[in-house]
Amino acid sequence: MTIVAIKILLVSISAGVLGSILGLGGGIIVTPALTLLFGVDIQHAIGASLISVIATSSGAAVAYIKDGITNIRVGMFLEIATTVGAITGALIAGLISPNLLYIIFGLLLLYSALAMLKKTKEELPEEVPLHNVAKTLKLQGEYYDKALKKNVSYKVDNVYSGFGVMYGAGIISGLLGIGSGSFKVMAMDVFMKLPLKVSSATSNFMMGVTGAASAGIYLYRGDISPIISAPVAIGVLIGATIGAKIMQRMKSKTIRKLFIPVLMYVAIQMMAQGLGVKL
Amino acid sequence: MSEMMNKDTEKSSKEINEVEIFVSKSLRFGVLVSGAVILLGLVLFLSSGEGGYPGDSYPTRLRDIFAGAFDMKPFGIILAGLVLLICTPIMRVGISALVFIKEKDWLYVGISTVVFFILVSGFFFGK
Repeated sequence: MTIVAIKILLVSISAGVLGSILGLGGGIIVTPALTLLFGVDIQHAIGASLISVIATSSGAAVAYIKDGITNIRVGMFLEIATTVGAITGALIAGLISPNLLYIIFGLLLLYSALAMLKKTKEELPEEVPLHNVAKTLKLQGEYYDKALKKNVSYKVDNVYSGFGVMYGAGIISGLLGIGSGSFKVMAMDVFMKLPLKVSSATSNFMMGVTGAASAGIYLYRGDISPIISAPVAIGVLIGATIGAKIMQRMKSKTIRKLFIPVLMYVAIQMMAQGLGVKL
Repeated sequence: MSEMMNKDTEKSSKEINEVEIFVSKSLRFGVLVSGAVILLGLVLFLSSGEGGYPGDSYPTRLRDIFAGAFDMKPFGIILAGLVLLICTPIMRVGISALVFIKEKDWLYVGISTVVFFILVSGFFFGK
């Protein structure tokens, strides 16, 4: 038992590192690892992955806040879209075929992966106009970039499309029960043209908040098993703390190169699921 | 002129820093406490081999979880730590709302309050 717990702990550390760097919460590693490597049933794996998302968010946040990488205003504003989306998703479950949604959102992710490919040479977004709504909402911001060793101030564009994609991301998580961190990063990076580090950190902030909101339901249902979730929580907390420190010193270009293949993998997996193909 | 602007940004960034350091400290405290409680429960479970509940069962209601934790039942302690961990992002939203109140940023006081209530209602839907 102790050996298994240590193994889960080690996998969770790597999940925390990757999740905090990319803004994906870590569920993307924890769920398949628990089901495939440790034979955990999907229900308890999802419960543990929810814990992993929250642990990534809070563990990484401690390091991010000091340098102002997380944009709380952007996060709070978009959180309205995701929470209302999540409720919509829960309400329309059963009315709409999830397969169609899988395909639509898979295509959207693929599109954004391609859009990101064009940005691989770009360290920071250039000449972004300040959207009128962004100005009213004071969404623009500034952070200290440890890789570039300078303060980076940035503007925010396309608030409506970003908000729309976030609403979609909320529906997806309400309907399919996934964290949808990839959609959050995409909405901020591709649509609203925020710097990648800000998008990733803010996505983690938001995922923690959304995750915490639904965690009560999972807890009451008994999906959060103490034996599995304890090593996951501790491992991810350690991993996210390390990952957040690494991320601050990484160039955005490098983070993007890690992000694109993960995005493509998720896109293809979603479309395959929608088409009923087992990968 | 540019010197004046610099002074202005310095002043505002200093204010933001104070607030953010407070948020950061309370978050670190929450993370450390919940991590320590989960670790304690895990070590107790691994050393005794027993969760403190019949079979593989564990409590799923908040009251039962905290009652078990006070009785030093390993699974109760782990779950209590997990509940504390789940509370950290909610605490963060709550603190941000207080910060916006202090800054008299009423638009964001409104936005955070709306988000906070949607989240809290989500927590109680599960009952």
